[in-house]
Amino acid sequence: MASQDQENLDDKASPGSGDMTPPGPAARQRRLFAYPFIVTFIIMLGLWLILSGRFDAFHLSLGLISCAIVSYLSSDLLFASPKITGLLRQWGRFIRYVPWLMLEIIKANLHVTYLVFHPRMMELIDPRIVKFRSKLKSDLALVTFANSITLTPGTITVYVSLDGDFKVHAIDKASGDPLPGAMEANIAKAFGEV
Amino acid sequence: MDNVFLYSGLYLAFLMLLSLYRPVFGPTVVDRMIGVNAIGSKTTVLLILIGLIFHRVDMFVDIALAYAMLNFLAVLAASRYFQKRKGLYDEPPYR
Amino acid sequence: MDIIVCLLLFAGLFFFTGGAVGILRFPDFYSRLHPAGKLDTLGALLAMIGLALFNLHHFSLGTLLTSLKIMLILVFVFLASPTATHAIVDAGVRAGLAPWTKGEERR
Repeated sequence: MASQDQENLDDKASPGSGDMTPPGPAARQRRLFAYPFIVTFIIMLGLWLILSGRFDAFHLSLGLISCAIVSYLSSDLLFASPKITGLLRQWGRFIRYVPWLMLEIIKANLHVTYLVFHPRMMELIDPRIVKFRSKLKSDLALVTFANSITLTPGTITVYVSLDGDFKVHAIDKASGDPLPGAMEANIAKAFGEV
Repeated sequence: MDNVFLYSGLYLAFLMLLSLYRPVFGPTVVDRMIGVNAIGSKTTVLLILIGLIFHRVDMFVDIALAYAMLNFLAVLAASRYFQKRKGLYDEPPYR
Repeated sequence: MDIIVCLLLFAGLFFFTGGAVGILRFPDFYSRLHPAGKLDTLGALLAMIGLALFNLHHFSLGTLLTSLKIMLILVFVFLASPTATHAIVDAGVRAGLAPWTKGEERR
């Protein structure tokens, strides 16, 4: 199992490094690494402005310096791969996914609240473990899928593997049955993996 | 409007007292952790309500933010810690 | 305006009540996580949106910043709550707790 995961990791790592090496020159590499730095810097600066709430020269310069240091040190943590060219389009697709998720969460929440307040609750619930294999490929899409499953009440992700094997604990038949279907399709659309 | 916030805060405190049953009597350690997590997420809202009652939201919202982060870290640390101690789950079920 | 705020706040309190009662009533550890982790998240979402709206009554830079901070707490709760739930479930699974199935007595 572990060796299989290792192979998968290598498979995922190789295309990115293959992209990086053939052009060779260090200038191209530096330009590619500059985009994550700028994006991280903007996010950090926004957080600083909201959290500090003072706009005089002293606090602003302090914020600029600390944000530059932090984003220099950790820009490779936030964006793992240096090619983020379609970032704006990616965020646009992702934001279109959020309202659908909200609607789904509210519907499922009402279902679980109905279960909780039902006087004969013990006969209605029927916990089960649902296993399925997801078609999503990238790590970020898998993490989003797992978190979406956990956020929708009635289902909790128990276990995810790197290849997309899911184990989900569902509280009754109605919430466990439609699982891989619509949500996976929507996430595949949001991450451009149709 | 102040009265609405006051009574909502009191009701929230009552709910926290209700969910205190799990941390005290819960059969296993993970049950206790669920109860602590639920109480923490209610406390975050209660802190903002207290800020609105005392007209100092700008101060209490920072405390609420810090409390939310602390609650998350506490749950993560506790679950990682208890993962390695299988013997703790052998306590007899509480009936 | 006040009516919308009250409505949101009471809806949030209603979901909080569901979470607290669900923790008490459900039969085992896995099913207790369902109300605990997520009814509380939606309750916090609704109640905090209501409070942020109320905070904007006297509009100025200070109150706008405070409302933005409340929204920041909200985003953080939405990211953190599934992760915490997953951590607790992982601890339970590794300890070898068997899920409750229909017909057993409650634990």
